[in-house]
Amino acid sequence: MRDLGGHRGRGLAKTIDWWLVACWFLMIMIGWANIYASIHSSEPSSIFDFDSRSGKQFIWMMTSLGLAGLILFVIPPRAYEGLSLFIYGFTILLLIAVIFLGIEVKGSRSWFAFGPVRFQPAEISKISTSLLLATVMSQLGYRIGRMKDFIITAAIILVPMMIIVLQSETGSALVYVGFIFMLYREGLSGWLIFMVGMAILLFILTLTATPYVALLVLVGVATLCIFLYSGRFKWWLLAVVPMIVLFAFLPSLMELLSEWVVGAEQMASISAALEAGEEVAMPFVMKIKPFYILLGCSILAMPFFAFQAFREGNRFTYLALLGFIGGILLVFSTDFLFNDVLQDHQRKRIEVLLGMKEDPSGVGYNVNQSKIAIGSGGFFGKGYLKGTQTTYGFVPEQSTDFIFCTVGEEWGFMGTSLLILMFVFLIWRIIHDAERSREAFTRIYGYCVACCIFMHLFINIGMTIGLMPVIGIPLPFISYGGSSMWAFTIMLFIFIALNRNERKYF
Amino acid sequence: MKLNRENKLLIGLCTAAAILIAKLFSIQILDEEYKLDARNNSMVYTTIYPTRGIIHDRNGEILVGNKVAYDLMVTPREVEEFDTLALSRVLDVTPEFIKEKMAEYRRFRRKIGWQTVVMIKQMPQETYMKFAEVAYKFPGFRGQARSIREYPFNAGGNLLGYVSEVDAAFMKRHPDEYKAGDYAGKTGIEAAREKELRGEKGYNIWLRDSRNKIMSRYEGGAEDKEAVPGKDITTTIDAHLQHYGQELMNNKVGSLVAIEPSTGEILTMVSSPGIDVEMLADIGKHYGEISANPYKPMFNRAVQAPYPPGSVFKLVNALIGLEEEVVYPGTQYPCRMGYHFGRNKLGCHEHRSPINLEESIMMSCNAYYCYVLRDLLENPEYGSFDESMDRWNEYVKSFGFGRKLGSDFPSELGGFVPDSRYYNKVYGKGGWKATTVISLSIGQGELGCTPLHLANLCATIANRGYYHIPHIIKDSEHVEIDRKYKERNYTLVDTLHFPKVIKGMYRAVNSGFGSGGTASIAAVDGLDICGKTGTAQNPHGHDHSIFICFAPMDDPKIAVAAYVENGGFGATWAAPIASLLVEKYLNGEISDKRKYLETRVLEGDLMDRVKVK
Repeated sequence: MRDLGGHRGRGLAKTIDWWLVACWFLMIMIGWANIYASIHSSEPSSIFDFDSRSGKQFIWMMTSLGLAGLILFVIPPRAYEGLSLFIYGFTILLLIAVIFLGIEVKGSRSWFAFGPVRFQPAEISKISTSLLLATVMSQLGYRIGRMKDFIITAAIILVPMMIIVLQSETGSALVYVGFIFMLYREGLSGWLIFMVGMAILLFILTLTATPYVALLVLVGVATLCIFLYSGRFKWWLLAVVPMIVLFAFLPSLMELLSEWVVGAEQMASISAALEAGEEVAMPFVMKIKPFYILLGCSILAMPFFAFQAFREGNRFTYLALLGFIGGILLVFSTDFLFNDVLQDHQRKRIEVLLGMKEDPSGVGYNVNQSKIAIGSGGFFGKGYLKGTQTTYGFVPEQSTDFIFCTVGEEWGFMGTSLLILMFVFLIWRIIHDAERSREAFTRIYGYCVACCIFMHLFINIGMTIGLMPVIGIPLPFISYGGSSMWAFTIMLFIFIALNRNERKYF
Repeated sequence: MKLNRENKLLIGLCTAAAILIAKLFSIQILDEEYKLDARNNSMVYTTIYPTRGIIHDRNGEILVGNKVAYDLMVTPREVEEFDTLALSRVLDVTPEFIKEKMAEYRRFRRKIGWQTVVMIKQMPQETYMKFAEVAYKFPGFRGQARSIREYPFNAGGNLLGYVSEVDAAFMKRHPDEYKAGDYAGKTGIEAAREKELRGEKGYNIWLRDSRNKIMSRYEGGAEDKEAVPGKDITTTIDAHLQHYGQELMNNKVGSLVAIEPSTGEILTMVSSPGIDVEMLADIGKHYGEISANPYKPMFNRAVQAPYPPGSVFKLVNALIGLEEEVVYPGTQYPCRMGYHFGRNKLGCHEHRSPINLEESIMMSCNAYYCYVLRDLLENPEYGSFDESMDRWNEYVKSFGFGRKLGSDFPSELGGFVPDSRYYNKVYGKGGWKATTVISLSIGQGELGCTPLHLANLCATIANRGYYHIPHIIKDSEHVEIDRKYKERNYTLVDTLHFPKVIKGMYRAVNSGFGSGGTASIAAVDGLDICGKTGTAQNPHGHDHSIFICFAPMDDPKIAVAAYVENGGFGATWAAPIASLLVEKYLNGEISDKRKYLETRVLEGDLMDRVKVK
C-alpha cells in the first residue's frame, strides 16, 4: 500500500520541518509559563484560571494549534499565491477601517473590539504583505533593479506601513523596515541598506553629538566610498584622513582663536548673556561657526569630484555626491524631523534612549524598571516564580511587551541567552529552508517571515535592555496576546505548509 | 563558505544576536547596580530601634526609664497627591508646616532620593492613633514607634544627661555607628555610658509591590535582625537623697556632693540650678530656654566649677603639718584678730587665744594656719622655698586636688594647686617667700577645686587617710566598673594623723553654741557629725558658704561637701544644708528639733545675691 496514491506525495512525518514545529511549540510553552510568572503574585491562582492572562493565553495556544492544523492539512498551499492580492486588499481595508471604527488604546487606534475579544489588523497585514510580496516578486521576469518593479515592491510595503503610522502605531510600522533584508536577498543593492543605516547614524549623531560631528562623519564616509570605489584607498588614507583629523580639532582651535582675540572674560559674559536669551553684539570671530567652514570646504570640493567623475565616466561618484547632499539635507532637517514630525511620546522615548534626557520616573521608568528586573537576574536567575520585581509588578506591561523581563529575572543570563539563541535557530532554520526551496514564492515568503520575526525580536528585546527606544511590539510566540499569537502562528505555519508542499514531491 | 547574500544576512543575524547577548551579559552579570536597585525596589528595611538601657539608682529605683512615642516618617518619593488639610488636622499641625516640609523635601529631593526622613518627632500616642486610622490615605507616610526617655524621679537632671538625635558633626565623629534619626546620649551618664545603654539596632526586611504595598516578609523573616536592647545601668545615686538634695539647693547657686566614704560611690550630686528632668525628655524643645538661662543650668558646678576651698583647706594644711612634724596636737599659737607679718595682717575672727591644733580646727583660726604654712615652707629640712613648696604641692595633690580625680563622670575639671614653678613665673625666681603665698594656708589664693574635690577630701578624712575615686556607676548584672574604683588611694599623710584632725572636726560641730565651734548648727543628736566650715572670700559679692562633713564619726557612712555661692559664712547655709542631707540619709527623716532649720533652708532664696553676667 505504500506510496500507492503517489499524488499525495510523501507523508507528513517526512515532509514537515519538525525543527520549526518543535521550536514553535517550545516557544509558546515558554511564553505561557512566563506569562503565568508575570501575573503571578503573592496570592497565586492556577495557570488555567481563565480569568487570568495565563488561562486566556492557553485558549490562544489551543486555537493557534487548531489554526496550525487547518493550514497544514486543510488549506491547499497553492491557494496563497492566487489569493494574496485579495487578502492584501482586504487587510488594507481593515487597516483603514480600524482608524474610524477601532477603539483607542494608549493613544493609538489600531484595535477592533468585538465584545471581550480584541484584534489588531496590523498583525495580519504583516502576513498579507509578505504573501503579496512573494507573489509579485516571484513573477517571471521580475527584476528588482528595474524601476517599475522596484516601485511596485516599495508600494506594497509602504502602503500598509503608512496606514499603520496613521494609526499612531509607529512601532508596528517599523517592523516593515525589516523587509529591506528580504529585498537585499532578492537582489536589491546593498547600498540601499547602507544609505538607510547612514541616515539613522546621522540622525542620532546630530541629536546626541553636534551637527558638526555628523557632518564630519558624513564627509569621511562619502570620501571613503568615492576613493574606495575608484581604487584610491591609499590617497584617502594619506590626504583625506589628516584633513578630517584637522577638522576634528577645528572647534577647539576656533575657541582658542576667539579667546585670544576677544578675551576670555568677555567671552564668558557674552555666552552668559546668550544663554539668558539677551541680544548681544557678537564679535566677528565668534560668529564664524566651524560647521559652516566645514560645509563650505566640502561644497567647494564637490565640483572637483564631479569633474573627476565626468572625466572617468564614473557614475558611482555622482551617486555618492548625491547621497552626500542628501546627508547634508538630513542633518539640516533633523531638527525639523525630530521636533515636528515625531510625536511627543516618540520624541521623549528617543531622548531617553539616547541619554539626552534622564527621566527615571517618567518615560524612562519602563526601561529602567525593565533593566533592573533583567539585571537582577544574574547568571542563573532567581528561580521560576521567585522574581521579586516580577511578582510585585514593578515592570509595566510585563506579560505583553516586557515579557522578556520575566525571563531575565527568573531565568537569568542563562535563560535570556538561550531564548535568543532559540530565536536565532528559528530564523536560521527558516532561511535555511527558504534557500532550499525550488519556488521563488516559498523562498521570498520565508525571508519575509524571517525578517518579521527578526525585527520583532531585536526591537522587543533591544527595548527591554535599553538598546532601542520603547516601541510597543510583542516578542513573537512569547508575549501575551491573541492577535500576535495567531498572526505569528499563521505566518510560520503557512511557511511550513509551503515548505512541506515542495518536499512532498522532491 | 561562500559569502553570498544568504550568508551575509546570517552573519548579520548572528551579529544582532551577539549585540543583544553582550548587552545582557553586561547588565545581568557585570553590573551589580541593577541587583541593588532591585533590592531597593522590592525591599523595605524597617529599623527596629532597641530600647535604651534603664538607669537605676543604688536601691533599684528607676531613675530613667522608657516610654513609647511615635515618629512620623516620610518617604518623599512615595508621596502622592494628598489632602494637606486633612493630614494637618490629624497630626495637629498647621497646613503651612506640612507644605513647608514638602517643599523642603522637593528642594533636597536629589539628596533624599528613596530615603525615609522624619517629619514629626515624638508624636504622643493619641496623635499617632488618629493618624494610623487614616494612614492608608497618605502613601509615603508612616509612623515609627520608638522609645523615649521617662523620668519617674525628679532627681539628677544634670547627672543623667539627655538623649537627643545625632547631628552631622556627631555622625562624623562616630562613623558607621550612627545614622540620621538615631539617638545618642549627649551629656551626663547617658553620654558616659552610651555604649552600654544604646543597644543594637535591628531591622525587618519586607517585600513591597510597585504600588508600595507591603506584601510579605522577605525570606519569611530569616534575614531579619532583632534589636538588642541596651544594657541596664545601676548608678550609685540614691534617688531619694538626690531629690532631697535638690530641694535643699533650690533657689541657691552651688553644689552638694555626697559620697559613701568606704566605696567612693557618689550618693548625691546636685548642681544648682539644674535641669529639670521634665525638660530632659524633650530636650529639643527646651534647649533654647536652658541655654538662655543666665544661671547656666547645663553647667555642672559639682565637677566643673573651680572654687577656692576656703577654710576647709585648713584640714589639709593641718595634716601636712603633722606629717612634716612642724606642728603637734599640743602646739599652741596665739591669734590677735589675725596673723601679723611686717605691716600686713591676715585677719581672723574673735576667739580665745592661744589655741591648740584641735581648737584651731574647731574655731577655724586663720592665724594658726599661717604659722603652720610658714613653718612648712620655711622648714630647714628643705634647701629652698622651691623645694618645700613643691613638697607641699605633692602632699596636696595626694588628696586629689589639682588634678582630675578620674571619676567616670564626663567633663570633670582638674582644678589648680600652685607649685614653685608657678610662683617663680609670677614673681620671678626668689621673688616670693612664705608670706607672699600665705593665703594658701586658709584655702584662698591661687587654689582652685571643685565641690567633688572637697567631698573627696571629706571622704578621705572619714576613711582616715585614703579615698576611692568617686564614681557614679555601680557594678551590676551587665556592667562591670573599672578596677581603679575599687582601689584605695592613700595620701602622703600617715593615717595616724587623721584622728587628731577628726577630733577637731567633731568639736567644731558638737561643742554646742557658745563654745566657739563654728558648726554647731550642723549638730544632730546621735549622729556624731564631724565637719569643717569654710568661707571663701569673694571679691564680687557675698562670700561663698562652704561646709564639709561626714558621719558617724567612728563608722562613716556619708561624706558631704556643700558649696553655696554667695551664701556668706559656712555655718549660714552650707552647714545646715550638708547636715540636713546627712540626717536625712542616716535617719531617714529630720528630727523635730531641726525642722525649723529644714524649713529655713527649703525656703531660702539666694538667687538675688548671685550676680549673673
